[in-house]
Amino acid sequence: MRTSDACREFLSGVKDELPILIGVIPFGMIYGVLALGAGLSPGEAQAMSAIVFAGSAQFMTVQLAGIGAPAILTILTGFVINLRHALYSGSIAPHMRQLNLKWKTLLAYLLTDEAYAVAIIHYQRESDNANKHWYFLGAGLALWVSWQTSTAVGIFMGAKVPPGWPLDFTLPLTFIALVVPALKNRASILAAIAAGFTSVLAAGLPYKLGLLSAALVGILVGLWSEEK
Amino acid sequence: MMHPWLVMCAIGLLTFMTRLSFIALLECWQAPAILRRALGFVPVTVLTAIIVPELVLHDGMLDLALTNPRLLAGGIAIIVSWKTKNVVWTIVTGMGALLLLQKIL
Repeated sequence: MRTSDACREFLSGVKDELPILIGVIPFGMIYGVLALGAGLSPGEAQAMSAIVFAGSAQFMTVQLAGIGAPAILTILTGFVINLRHALYSGSIAPHMRQLNLKWKTLLAYLLTDEAYAVAIIHYQRESDNANKHWYFLGAGLALWVSWQTSTAVGIFMGAKVPPGWPLDFTLPLTFIALVVPALKNRASILAAIAAGFTSVLAAGLPYKLGLLSAALVGILVGLWSEEK
Repeated sequence: MMHPWLVMCAIGLLTFMTRLSFIALLECWQAPAILRRALGFVPVTVLTAIIVPELVLHDGMLDLALTNPRLLAGGIAIIVSWKTKNVVWTIVTGMGALLLLQKIL
């Protein structure tokens, strides 16, 4: 049964995304609080979560807005910060060849760090499953709904988040929970170590360019290690 | 913010085009094997490059001391993730460790 297979994949995507949401929801709330603080109206703050749908770019936009940066600078910075999504796009593209443009458009819109990280692990494990795009849709929609909802909660709460709570730490914790189980062989471990070192050395570069160079160094080390 | 709707629509459109880029492109173009192998390393490298600075950098300065609560809590989370492979446990113990260590250190 095609339908029930699709349905099972969809639900399995939602289920695997749920633990990630523990890390995402505090971020959506903090974004909502910061956006109002930077002078955005509640409607604008909420719309940005739907239109941009990328946490770090939204945080940056709000910060630049707070200091009255020119629009063109804000737009360029947002673009560069989100360039890492091109890497995700390239990495997930071979799994999407058979989909029609409607599906590709929808899944590209949902291609965030957190949906990608969950989906690519599933895709690499079940690359022959004909309904695996439903898994991505489930994971992506679960994230989308919680991002919009947590933004709204942040907007309503205003500045009532307890200041001593290090909620931003949920981001690295979420990614630790996704990366560590994926370090299965020597090549992936060496790639991760190289990327980690480079990310610190290149941390001074602006607009997440350190992140891109760290990824490139890590990828090269991984390839080199596979060759040997 | 100056022109908020213009800014968010422009960033939204550019982000969407970035996300769609290879997905749309690959329809008519088969990536060479070396590129496909390279892209296989994207998840671990990008996510590690997001994690590590969050643990070892403090206001842009390297802090590898054992009094850095984020480094210790991150280390605990890595061990928990390695042993349990469970996302919830990793986040909860890591967050609990950070709250505790911030009080002690």
